[in-house]
Amino acid sequence: MKSPYFSDFESSSFFDFLTEHRPGLLPGAGKTASTGRAVPPEQTAQGAHLTVPHATTVLAVKYRDGVVIAGDRRATEGFQIADRRIEKVFKIDDWSAMAIAGAAGPCIEMAKLFQTELEHYEKLEGVPLSCEGKANKLGQMVKANLPLAFQGLIVMPLFAGYDVKRSEGRIFKYDLAGGRYEESDYHAIGSGGKDARNTMREHFRKNMAEPDALGLALTALYNAADDDVGTGGPDLVRGIYPTAKFVTAQGIVDVSDEKIRAVYDELIAARRSKEA
Amino acid sequence: MPLPYYVSPEQMMQDKAEYAKKGIAKGRSIIAMEYADGVLLTADNPSASLHKISEVYDNIAFAGAGKYSEFENLRKAGIRHADLKGFMYSREDVTARSLANGYSQSLGTIFSQEIKPLEVEILVVQVGVNGQPNEIYRISFDGSIIDEKNFAVIGGRAEAVQSVLKDKISTEPTALGAALALCVSALEQTANQKLPPEGLEVALLDRNRLGRKFRRLSVADVRRLLSD
Repeated sequence: MKSPYFSDFESSSFFDFLTEHRPGLLPGAGKTASTGRAVPPEQTAQGAHLTVPHATTVLAVKYRDGVVIAGDRRATEGFQIADRRIEKVFKIDDWSAMAIAGAAGPCIEMAKLFQTELEHYEKLEGVPLSCEGKANKLGQMVKANLPLAFQGLIVMPLFAGYDVKRSEGRIFKYDLAGGRYEESDYHAIGSGGKDARNTMREHFRKNMAEPDALGLALTALYNAADDDVGTGGPDLVRGIYPTAKFVTAQGIVDVSDEKIRAVYDELIAARRSKEA
Repeated sequence: MPLPYYVSPEQMMQDKAEYAKKGIAKGRSIIAMEYADGVLLTADNPSASLHKISEVYDNIAFAGAGKYSEFENLRKAGIRHADLKGFMYSREDVTARSLANGYSQSLGTIFSQEIKPLEVEILVVQVGVNGQPNEIYRISFDGSIIDEKNFAVIGGRAEAVQSVLKDKISTEPTALGAALALCVSALEQTANQKLPPEGLEVALLDRNRLGRKFRRLSVADVRRLLSD
């Protein structure tokens, strides 16, 4: 345990620690990220876009007890499906979860780094970060990823946290430059994000009950998959369904596969009856 | 330029050791003790906010006695070491043994090379899961490292507490309440005063918890356990 651990390093941030001492471990490092030089998109974007798996529609909806956050399971590489079971919704700590859209590799790395970041801060300082503090920190991490975004390795998170002090769920969205915006009701990002938002705009109500919020989230994902090739709908043959988590005062709770399947069985039956 | 006068290495080390020991003995004691479901850490600490015991990683806890600023630095260094290792490889690759080794190296180097040694004594504790045994490492100001069994004491009148515990401890795994009562009575005997639950800092590494095993016990928890 030599110099880097001691030194006069003061920050309680694991991200800052890596940036200073082990930049090679940052998401997507070793490209231009380490030099900090942005490569013009036309030089690299096409190649990068086609070879890296991308993740697609994820969304979050506020309801009476907090937030439900959900995502589809498909990753694509160009016109191929790279993965049918990818997980895009991550528990970060007991009060927050995040969903990702963009290049799968750096996205998953960022989720892992963000998990370590929050736990690291909590252990060093003895208290967890506030909900707002977590959202801001994630914005800084997205900002640091900007050079990679120019190369087509976009990482776009959607953050859902339960604010213990205010006793309410909160949703934050980001832009590529690290801008952070709070959403009051719902939001969806990714290639099918617009389709999902359209569904939620029509059916969202304030202070919904838990089953209604889950139903709305899963319906929005279904409609997004209907219109967007990059988003996977429920795969009835293989039994693969979108995943969802509740972010509430009780912590982060995974919604069971059975519950999600039941919602889709009903939804599909209703759609089928319209076709008859 | 005046010539530096000669001091024999033996004399220098002895002086440094004496200095460090004096600093550590000024403080109060901390006990780590195995119980049925893991490891219990009990410190005589009147402050509710300045901790002597802390979480390092999933199965690992840290306790420091002596000078606060110095063991606080060591604690932070340990957390950085553990989080970096867990991030780089995997969570299960973070072990108390490698952490204790790192501490031993650092303390040893500082003791032999710096003018002022660190006035600290630390414990690195790991709860064993899936049938693995618990590990308790005691590391001294000079970097010497001791692999303790059943229990370990650091800080204050550590030897006195140790001898009290040695007579009373049973070889069978004890329940949490009994282990805590034993620790408190040993601390009270050597401190020659009654220790209220508010004056204790108590934490557990409980192997039955999922994920992060470290948990602090509140004053109410301690009071309830001691009254049972």
